[in-house]
Amino acid sequence: MGDAQPLKPKEPSGRASAPLSPRLVWVDDIRRTVARLLVEANVAIGEDVLNALRQAAEEEESELGRDILRQLVANYDLARRERVPACQDTGLTIVFLEIGQDVHLVGGDLRAAVDAGIRDGTRDGFLRNSVVGDPLGRENTGYNGPGVLHVDIVPGDRVHVTVACKGFGSENKSRLKMLTPADGVAGIRDFVVETVDRAGAQACPPLIVGVGIGGSFELCARLAKQAVIRPLNRRHPREDIRRLEDELLEEINRLGIGPQGMGGIRTALAVNIEVYPTHIAGLPVAVNIGCHSNRHMDAWI
Amino acid sequence: MFLTIDPVLPDDAAEMLKAGDQVMITGELLTARDAACGRLAAALKAGDPLPVDLAGRVIYAVGPTPAKPGQVIGSAGPTTAARLLPYLEPLLKAGVKALIGKGDWPPDAATLFARYGAVYLAAVGGAGALIARTVRAAEVIAYPDLGPEAVHRLSVERFPAFVAVDARGADLYRQARDRWRRGR
Ligand code: SF4
Repeated sequence: MGDAQPLKPKEPSGRASAPLSPRLVWVDDIRRTVARLLVEANVAIGEDVLNALRQAAEEEESELGRDILRQLVANYDLARRERVPACQDTGLTIVFLEIGQDVHLVGGDLRAAVDAGIRDGTRDGFLRNSVVGDPLGRENTGYNGPGVLHVDIVPGDRVHVTVACKGFGSENKSRLKMLTPADGVAGIRDFVVETVDRAGAQACPPLIVGVGIGGSFELCARLAKQAVIRPLNRRHPREDIRRLEDELLEEINRLGIGPQGMGGIRTALAVNIEVYPTHIAGLPVAVNIGCHSNRHMDAWI
Repeated sequence: MFLTIDPVLPDDAAEMLKAGDQVMITGELLTARDAACGRLAAALKAGDPLPVDLAGRVIYAVGPTPAKPGQVIGSAGPTTAARLLPYLEPLLKAGVKALIGKGDWPPDAATLFARYGAVYLAAVGGAGALIARTVRAAEVIAYPDLGPEAVHRLSVERFPAFVAVDARGADLYRQARDRWRRGR
């Protein structure tokens, strides 16, 4: 996703003949990978976030804001050193699996393997049980699962596993709106900035703002999630989108919310946008608010 | 400023604290977040006995991670306070003198803190590992079935926080916005 979309469909043929036998991947490998990534993501924040926090600590004009940013950096250093979760909200676990179409998954139920991986990682990493089994009954499941699983079938014979831990202080502040074509970029801009303004201090700024534009109602929300976990040093391939990201970041940082909402010029560390074709009548836009504790990690099997 | 909570907030303390003050808390906190506050509020409404006397106490909205072997507590940073708004008045009425969480509240909350002479303190959200180092002892004292949301008694030493809403209703978040806002 991300490149300018071609105006013609791609031809599906790429290979003269099918592989004689698919590559076997044991779901138990997926279980172990999910468990490992879940622990790692919680104790070791990415260098991209850490660097952005360090830079923000230098640029922030509010003294209190600088002090808070330095505390956050110290917290991440401590968590890495002592291998403890950096934040007590170890999140709802979101797993993206990109499964090569030449892979044959064997040895059990894929979804069960993912949830068992979440259970194991939660136990081994001393993570928090943050999941209720029913949104209305609200009883804690006691194993931090199930997670949310997104599966894509892609070319190839490997499996790409991405595990993200989404805290709900920030998730709760996310919004989606079905704009109309006439609303255009100005409408997108208003909605994104308004959403961050309403999130204010409660979502643990400095934020990483993930924006999905296009697709359908549900795909748009998923694009926003993919945007929020895109590494901060990986910029969008399209120049016009990069420009919009920069402009939105600047506007958000003029809101004055600042680190932890205590005022300042670093309300967000980044705005990441992902786009997808949409219907002639629509312009869906979703904003997934990410806190500074932007935890995700990936691996190939 | 140092605050000692033994195990109640001293009588004059809430009056002395001003929005923007940094405090270091030593003493005893009770933990309660969404589920526990809901149960406490329901018990108060029904006139049922509470598992712990709330008069003068300080509530910390936190759901910690489990302690690793050799640790007192896992990661233990604040959760969003504003979600507790439906329970705020019953808790303050029952005598809670301070609440610790993160993030701002809708405007009515400041009026409630002022009416009951209580304060809202903000800790740094997402600094759970760092904050856990100020916890010297932790023990579940009510609602163990709630897991991380159970009510714990925490003994803390030099726990850092900011006075975010004081007993006169002054609000640090609003002041900060007024001062730093440039756009819109
Ligand atoms: S919003 Fe993020 S940093 Fe804040 S408490 Fe939740 S997970 Fe942690």
